[in-house]
Amino acid sequence: MTEAIIVNGLVASGVYALLAIGFSLIFGVARIVNLAHTAFYMLSAYFIFTFSKSVGVPLLLSIALSIVVVTIIGILSYRLVIARIRQHEATTLIVTIALAIIMQEALFIRYGGDPSSVPELISGTTEILGVSVINQKLLTMGVVVLLLLASWALLMKTRLGVAIRSTAQDREVANLMGINVPRIEMITMAISVAVAAIAGALIAPLFVLTPGMWTHPLVMILAVVVLGGLGSLRGSLIGALVLGFAENLVVFLAPSGAFLKTSVALTIMVIVILIKPEGLFGITFEEER
Amino acid sequence: MISLPVIYATRIYQLLRGEVLIIPARTLILIVCLVLLILPAVISQPLTLRVLIMASIFAILAASWDLLSGFTGQVSFGHALFFGVSAYTAVLLNQNIGLAPWATVPIGAIAAVVAGLAIGVPCLRLRGTYLSFATLAFPLILAGVVMAIPSVTGGEYGISGMDRLSDSRMVTYYMVIPSMMILGLIMWKISDSKTGLIFHAIREDEVTARASGINTTRYKLLAFSLSGLFAGIAGVLFAHVMPTVGPSVLGLTRSFEVIIWAVFGGIATIYGPMFGALLLFSLSELVFTQYLHVPKEAKLLILACLVMLILLFMPRGLTTWMRDKTEKICPRCKLQNVATRKTCRVCTADLD
Repeated sequence: MTEAIIVNGLVASGVYALLAIGFSLIFGVARIVNLAHTAFYMLSAYFIFTFSKSVGVPLLLSIALSIVVVTIIGILSYRLVIARIRQHEATTLIVTIALAIIMQEALFIRYGGDPSSVPELISGTTEILGVSVINQKLLTMGVVVLLLLASWALLMKTRLGVAIRSTAQDREVANLMGINVPRIEMITMAISVAVAAIAGALIAPLFVLTPGMWTHPLVMILAVVVLGGLGSLRGSLIGALVLGFAENLVVFLAPSGAFLKTSVALTIMVIVILIKPEGLFGITFEEER
Repeated sequence: MISLPVIYATRIYQLLRGEVLIIPARTLILIVCLVLLILPAVISQPLTLRVLIMASIFAILAASWDLLSGFTGQVSFGHALFFGVSAYTAVLLNQNIGLAPWATVPIGAIAAVVAGLAIGVPCLRLRGTYLSFATLAFPLILAGVVMAIPSVTGGEYGISGMDRLSDSRMVTYYMVIPSMMILGLIMWKISDSKTGLIFHAIREDEVTARASGINTTRYKLLAFSLSGLFAGIAGVLFAHVMPTVGPSVLGLTRSFEVIIWAVFGGIATIYGPMFGALLLFSLSELVFTQYLHVPKEAKLLILACLVMLILLFMPRGLTTWMRDKTEKICPRCKLQNVATRKTCRVCTADLD
């Protein structure tokens, strides 16, 4: 049981971390609360299902294809919809919810409410310290670690990363320094959606796909972001670990844990923000007035 | 000698002509209210009445969200908390002690006020986006607890067999619709009062509001409890109208729906969110299925597309857009005027 908690906790926290990083990246750079973020993750999982099952494309190719397609959809929805209304904060909220609902309902009409599943990329299990772990879960953890390192390197070591971080810090000054702010925002949106799509590709074989699967991760990443502090990479990672493990501990240990897992995870978040309102590693953004 | 009724009638007529009919938006509100009141005489289809009863309960809820989020700027992602707390309070009191609706309404509303204060106090330390994300957590925590103790709350399936407001649907209609109008009027009056002005000030700039000698903490808590009060009334009415009350009253969908209705209608207006809720709810439950024969699966898709398209062209909401097109604010006395006027209707100042 301990090993199940550890493995499932790591997988869940890895996925939450990926999603939360993309979410807080686009919030930090463009101040967009993209509530459709996890809908892109769902879309990617369903595209893999479509390409590999219905069209018959090889699995690896269909994963690559679906990541590209979802990223394009993300960029298009940013250009055509979100960018036009983003100065109205409340409107951005519901337009992104509307986008998510449109995706959910489109998938519902196409596939119905029944759960679908995708074959594993690598099947079988591996023995680690006498515990057999499903290979797909190992792969998921590996890719999560790689992606986290890659996004850290992108943000900290490249010119693009400097541009993204300075735009997040102060748009106007970044603009004055010659950074093309709208372009940076679009690139950030693309990166954020692509990471969500990869997260979707990773969990597609592990979880069942339903058109409502975007809401639970959305709640969790909002909690992760509050817990870890908005705009902090390290915060997102630690927040995701705390909540991912909390959820799995409750599922395995508490009676009727499946009902309570979200409650317990969210209660932890509430307690943390009561003690430390800016989150564990909060970066306070410049006060906007 | 003129009798008292005549004086009152003249006064009402003057008020109507001078303050309501002079502005198209207010005339429209009057017409909508009258149509809602007369409608059962024309269409007595049970479904229509049921949908309108539900829509007006949700209109109260959307307006209460507006009081907290639109006016005071404490954007709440978890408005289902107030709704659900009061609905469950009413259900449990009704089922276990046998309290009648006239008693559960105030108790449920008070429970929601307590819930409002309970989340208002921790949320005082949070601002902006953090606050929104944190408020999202509260109804979901409670929903998990509700589902985990099925012996008390009925678990996933909820509790059914509540006392109705009235056995006749028509009577229920004439109880709920006027309450919606009266509560809406009260909320509009609050938002128009000095308190409402302070709420505006807190949204626009909390630091400046505090610097101007406003106890923002007290007013934010007031906003949380007022909002809780009205949402709580909506929740109790819902509990007494619906056949079952289940954990979905606390769900994410309920919280998001409220925001959709309110923003679609136009925030910081009170009448906007009410209009949004009435319009969108009756569109999806009545017009689409009954009159346009939209297939059930496509209903939500079309509605979401509609909301998105309308907001792309009217980003500040439907009623706000209409108001900006039909009204001008007098630069001198700040009163609304019809957009076609050249001078203010009261102080005759030039309207640009």
